Amino acid sequence: MIKVTIYEDQCKGCGLCVRACPKAVLAISKTHLNTKGYYPVEVVDQDACIACTSCARTCPDVAIEIEK
Amino acid sequence: MATIFKRTSVLTNAPFHYCPGCGHGIVHRMVAEVIEELGIREKTAGVAPVGCAVFAYNYFDVDMYEAAHGRAPAVATGYKRVHPENVCFTYQGDGDLASIGTAEIVHAAHRGEKITTIFINNAIYGMTGGQMAPTTLVGQKTTTSPLGRDKDHCGEPIRMAEMLATINGSAFIARTALNNTANLVKTKAAIKKAFQAQLDGKGFSMVEILSPCPTNWGKSPAEAMDWLAENMIPYYPLGIMKEV
Repeated sequence: MIKVTIYEDQCKGCGLCVRACPKAVLAISKTHLNTKGYYPVEVVDQDACIACTSCARTCPDVAIEIEK
Repeated sequence: MATIFKRTSVLTNAPFHYCPGCGHGIVHRMVAEVIEELGIREKTAGVAPVGCAVFAYNYFDVDMYEAAHGRAPAVATGYKRVHPENVCFTYQGDGDLASIGTAEIVHAAHRGEKITTIFINNAIYGMTGGQMAPTTLVGQKTTTSPLGRDKDHCGEPIRMAEMLATINGSAFIARTALNNTANLVKTKAAIKKAFQAQLDGKGFSMVEILSPCPTNWGKSPAEAMDWLAENMIPYYPLGIMKEV
């Protein structure tokens, strides 16, 4: 069981985590805005996650937490 | 379930003011994690620069100074000489370190000051609006080189890591990049070695980090990472330039 948590109000929707993820677990929201006015990243395929932490390492706003 | 990645407590909860996709936030996290892992939080002081990272003192939950433009190594020198048992780092951009503060950094290294410098090279002046920096690549368009940097007029970009590695007072000099996960891991490892060199009393240590500036490069964050890999890394080779 792996759980990726996005602190969406810290997210600026830069998409670097989406670029870094080898398993397409993440995607930028197309419909939902956060309190900063950005389209934040969302977890779209939690089961595909391998807990490599690439997304969290590249996040410039430290908005991702991972539990395993 | 165990938490395998979370925000280190050496960072405050203040949200970074940086643009989306900026490398500063990534490096802030790495420096804070290294301070936590080395167990030096209670004896570490940082010196913030002038530039985009001017508010670094709001983000690191350790003692922080703010120095005049380019003078972070001088402030760090004073702190470290008064408190030699403590740890001091400067965090500087290319406008701060490679332009107005070149004399400061060269002589801090030359004196072998036992401080650690984190140098963010994004090949442009970020805070002031994207002007040409000493590190801007030949042909790169900026607001003050709209036709691209002309090497006959402005010279070629300065390689600070190589220059400081030639100085006897430096103990650890490396250049890394933020463009992919492997390089992110290497960057954090280099930052840790730089702090360790200071703890071991070996001399001056610096990590130059190639970092994206999507806003002033006029690219998306993902495009900026690719541009960095294709254009900056060939001119600014990665690796450890010096380790004693």
